[in-house]
Amino acid sequence: MNFRTFAAFVGPSVFMMLLFIAFPLISVFKQSFYVTQPIYETVEVETCTPGFLTQTCVTETVSQPQLDEEGKVIMQTQYVGLESYRNVLEPERAWRAISEGSWNVLSTINFWKALRFTLTFTLITLPLVIVCGLGIAVLINNAAQAIKGPVIFISLLPFIITPVIGVLSVNWLFRGDGILTALLEWWLNRDIALFAQAWTIEVLMMLYRVWHVAPFAAIVFYAGLQTVNQDSLESAVIDGATRWQRMKYIVIPHLMPLIIFVSMIHLMDSYRVFEEIVGFASQGYVISLQWLTYDFLVPDQAGNRSISRASASAMLTMIGIAILLIFPLRRTWRDHKGGH
Amino acid sequence: MKLKTILMAGAMSIAASGTWAACSFENDVPLKSLSAGFEAWKAVTDAMAECGNFNASLDQEFREKQPEAFAASPSLYQIGGVSNTTLIPLLNAGTIRPLDDLVEKYGQNLLPNQLIKVDGKTMAIAMMVNAQHMMYRNDVLADLGIAEPATYDDVLAAAAKIKDAGVMEYPIGGTFKTGWNLGQEFINMYMGEGGSFFGDGNMPAINNEQGVKALETLKAMTDYMDPEYLVSDSTYVQQQFQQGKIAMANLWASRAAAMNDEAESQVVGKVTMSAAPMGSAAPATTIWWDGFVLASNMSDEEADAAFRVMLEGMDEEMVSANNDAAVWLNPAYKAGELAAGAAASAQAGAKAYPASGPMGIMHTALGNGLADFMTGAKDAQTTLADIEADYITAAKEAGLINN
Repeated sequence: MNFRTFAAFVGPSVFMMLLFIAFPLISVFKQSFYVTQPIYETVEVETCTPGFLTQTCVTETVSQPQLDEEGKVIMQTQYVGLESYRNVLEPERAWRAISEGSWNVLSTINFWKALRFTLTFTLITLPLVIVCGLGIAVLINNAAQAIKGPVIFISLLPFIITPVIGVLSVNWLFRGDGILTALLEWWLNRDIALFAQAWTIEVLMMLYRVWHVAPFAAIVFYAGLQTVNQDSLESAVIDGATRWQRMKYIVIPHLMPLIIFVSMIHLMDSYRVFEEIVGFASQGYVISLQWLTYDFLVPDQAGNRSISRASASAMLTMIGIAILLIFPLRRTWRDHKGGH
Repeated sequence: MKLKTILMAGAMSIAASGTWAACSFENDVPLKSLSAGFEAWKAVTDAMAECGNFNASLDQEFREKQPEAFAASPSLYQIGGVSNTTLIPLLNAGTIRPLDDLVEKYGQNLLPNQLIKVDGKTMAIAMMVNAQHMMYRNDVLADLGIAEPATYDDVLAAAAKIKDAGVMEYPIGGTFKTGWNLGQEFINMYMGEGGSFFGDGNMPAINNEQGVKALETLKAMTDYMDPEYLVSDSTYVQQQFQQGKIAMANLWASRAAAMNDEAESQVVGKVTMSAAPMGSAAPATTIWWDGFVLASNMSDEEADAAFRVMLEGMDEEMVSANNDAAVWLNPAYKAGELAAGAAASAQAGAKAYPASGPMGIMHTALGNGLADFMTGAKDAQTTLADIEADYITAAKEAGLINN
């Protein structure tokens, strides 16, 4: 393929990636070092609001943004260096908590609280997703030809459900006297409140995520299982290898590149855990890094939003994912070099 | 055949709307409005649509869209529905117009307390007020010989009695969902104690005796609440009431009608509306209003038409047809039993919600920070100090506090 043809094929997608990924990313990166705010002036204003049947008027000093001649709010942008990162990380408070050895204090500082949960969530669900995925894949592979189609369809269902809808369903099943909580209460014969402490919410979130993602892992592994060398398997059977030994020495090494691939996708996805927090309304107990960014970004009723801190927090999330991906990537790199 | 049916249906509905239309004039200027989507707004915008050429967007996310939409030139919406807090960003950006000339021209029937005045100029027209107030199960309290609770001490004593009598395990309900709802609960209590939120230069001032008292009252209530209170919003509390699970709650007046909705409620006629419990200084609640603003960026003819359509939306006819949907500000409104709670709270001296730019940030900081106190992770003083620190960071970023 000559260069012109190559460029014509690749050009549009490079352009799209630059436009929709690279430029926004650069813009977020830049915004995390700047603060843009209106210039406020203090004025005395009389405001009248309806009471019940009468009117209440109060005179008070309020801060009002200054307007230019065209009636637009004057905004000023200021370079603040790492200030927004400091505001997100709160290093002084965090360090004080660590040096006092007070885990409880550290876990009440938003960023660290979110980081703790995000890491726990990511690292616990990862092996569960791989194992469940592999289990489902083997199950499908061994299913009789006649029922294979339906089995694949049913095992894929959780992955098809929109995450927010899935989370809300779990929420309604367990919240208050939801059906499943009522069932548990009847079975264990005691009062259960699953949304009244952090750990039960976290367990529910992890179970939900594994249930949701395992089918994706399963379908990838199932595809891999179709290419396992049948001769090796047969000779292993002749050599007297057990089912488990065949799995361990032939199937898993064969699937390793796929396992790495699924791990990487899962690390990237679950580090951005968000739907679970919103759907469970768990922010009183558990928050995640992605939720923190969202919370900075949502305007309050008076229209204020913290764009700079949101940008800083988004950059920190990206850095976190990059660090996590180093391990699987290193392995792939080594395998790649070894292959030549 | 099918097409014909559809055409027939269309013709029928036009005919129907023709007979129902009760607008006093024919509107020929295309108009659009953006407002919240609750029952009262639906009633009002339906009445406005009778004038023709009117298109209403009822959107729960309206507050995120409104500032940008009104800043466009010409404005994307001519008419906006706001409350006392969502008025602030529009007011600050100067994208809504003074209405004094229009009020003089068409507004003879408006009550004086409907005119929201800022610096002497009418900037918005209020149509209804809303407040959280006490709702209680009259049958449960009467059975146990408990009088109507007037303070939070009364509420707690009543709750203890109900629990001890074995009538209900969790007698109190509350909108304690982390975030906006929980922040609002603190604001109610703190205003009831007579506290003020800010000192000079928008600096926070909540870490004081009133703040601690407010927190302690909230915490004391949770002993009698379902342990999952940090996920409980207005709809959840309303359902708890309707299913007879709770006996008392400080809930929004706009939810009162649902208690007597026979399709949903098992406690029809058993819920009495009374004033919000007294704090040391005032009833522990805040009064809110909802109403209309008109965009600056449109022609005067459009503004003229928009104002007339808006008046049609909140005329007497609409109010009498939807009397129980809200506490309307209109002479035709009959304050029934459902409005008694809001009225009694106001008469006892309940204050308006202190909407302002800094207050928006404070409300968010409170909503996010209070959960740590409720779960026991922090004591009262630390909680309030951390909320103040959180507020200062956000207010500096917004430019409201000078570095």
